[in-house]
Amino acid sequence: MAVIKVHGSPLSTATRRVLACLYEKEIDFQFVPVNMGTGEHKSDSFLALNPFGQVPAFEDGDLKLFESRAAANYVAHEYADKGTQLLIPGSSKEAAVLELWKEVEAHQFNSPSSKVVWELFFKPFLGMATDAAVVEENEAQLGKILDVYETRLTQSKYLASDNFTLADLYHLSNVQCLLATPAKKLFESRPHVDAWVKEITARPAWSKVLAMMKQ
Amino acid sequence: MTIKLYGVAMSTCTAKVLACLHEYGAEFELVPVNLQNGEHKQPAFLAKNPFGQIPALEDGDLTLFESRAISTYVAEKFKGSSCDLLRSQNPKEAALVKTWMEVESQQFSPAISPIFYQSIIVPILHGGSPNQAIIDESAAKLGKVLDVYEKKLSSSKYLAGDFYSLADLHHLTYIYYLMKTPYGKLINERPRVKAWWEDISSRPAFKKVASGLTLGDKN
Repeated sequence: MAVIKVHGSPLSTATRRVLACLYEKEIDFQFVPVNMGTGEHKSDSFLALNPFGQVPAFEDGDLKLFESRAAANYVAHEYADKGTQLLIPGSSKEAAVLELWKEVEAHQFNSPSSKVVWELFFKPFLGMATDAAVVEENEAQLGKILDVYETRLTQSKYLASDNFTLADLYHLSNVQCLLATPAKKLFESRPHVDAWVKEITARPAWSKVLAMMKQ
Repeated sequence: MTIKLYGVAMSTCTAKVLACLHEYGAEFELVPVNLQNGEHKQPAFLAKNPFGQIPALEDGDLTLFESRAISTYVAEKFKGSSCDLLRSQNPKEAALVKTWMEVESQQFSPAISPIFYQSIIVPILHGGSPNQAIIDESAAKLGKVLDVYEKKLSSSKYLAGDFYSLADLHHLTYIYYLMKTPYGKLINERPRVKAWWEDISSRPAFKKVASGLTLGDKN
């Protein structure tokens, strides 16, 4: 069997997205740490794996991929019969609802949540000063998006269906970081979002991703 | 029952879906949404897209939004025809298409959309002055992204391989508008990117869409 490799950093939100998927699917893989502190992600050998010089990079035998959502999506399809079902089997209409909520994560949730995570989670860790105006603007934007999620989660147990799917999984990294900051209030004030956050972050596969930090 | 696409022909995101529908020769009805009157923020439209953005699609009992989810749905629905924009029969090719779709989504679009917004939307729809600092910063980012494309296109005719796919199609509408600004030079200065652009923009399906991309045209 071909070896699956993930090149990245356990601190990187995008790397975690792929790791979460692999743990959910219960697939063996090799984790290849990339030393971002020394700029390894901009080295020629890494750029051969991801020409955009970002972690993660992914390999399955001779297939080389990058962009965490593309890699996770590939794993979910290629190994559909293993571990957790992360897709919605059935008609193209049902599958379309999954695509929709994956796009919502990418185009609505990702940008404001990433900015808040950068300001409130990573900057203090790196000894940099938080920009309060950026936090305020992006928390407001994120609040509006979570209002839509709150309504959606009254209709559906998870975002795309009544089962956990890739659409929920894609959110885990930023959600986990936000929980460690004052921005967690945005979840706590929305009961269905709060319940969803608690559910998805309590999944055993996600705990395995977080445990990688301690190694 | 016909597919209904709610949006406007001159919108980059609506037109992205139109290009896909035309590639598949799909029958559909374009239902205009009156953005000037704020129709997209009214309850009837919010029931279709709670984020209050065009386009939205209805196909029988299915309602979708997010242009890339819609185009993917169209490509899946009409799978098996002579058009194959997702390469679903070949898992490796399909994974490469998805990778370059993510590149458009996560690398290209965030770099180009501020240039489009400042150069075209701000002066035309808001009567304001473009923020040159934002444009310059975005142009620098877009240049770096296009440098990666230039290199990729030396080893394959299109982004995901030697086949046209949704990954290429998703770039059409933003680049079309970019070419109306001085920043079209970012495309023209890179020979393989330029050749790729000339190829994909000459496709008959896109030409049908391009005639509707009239933002900024003087009457």
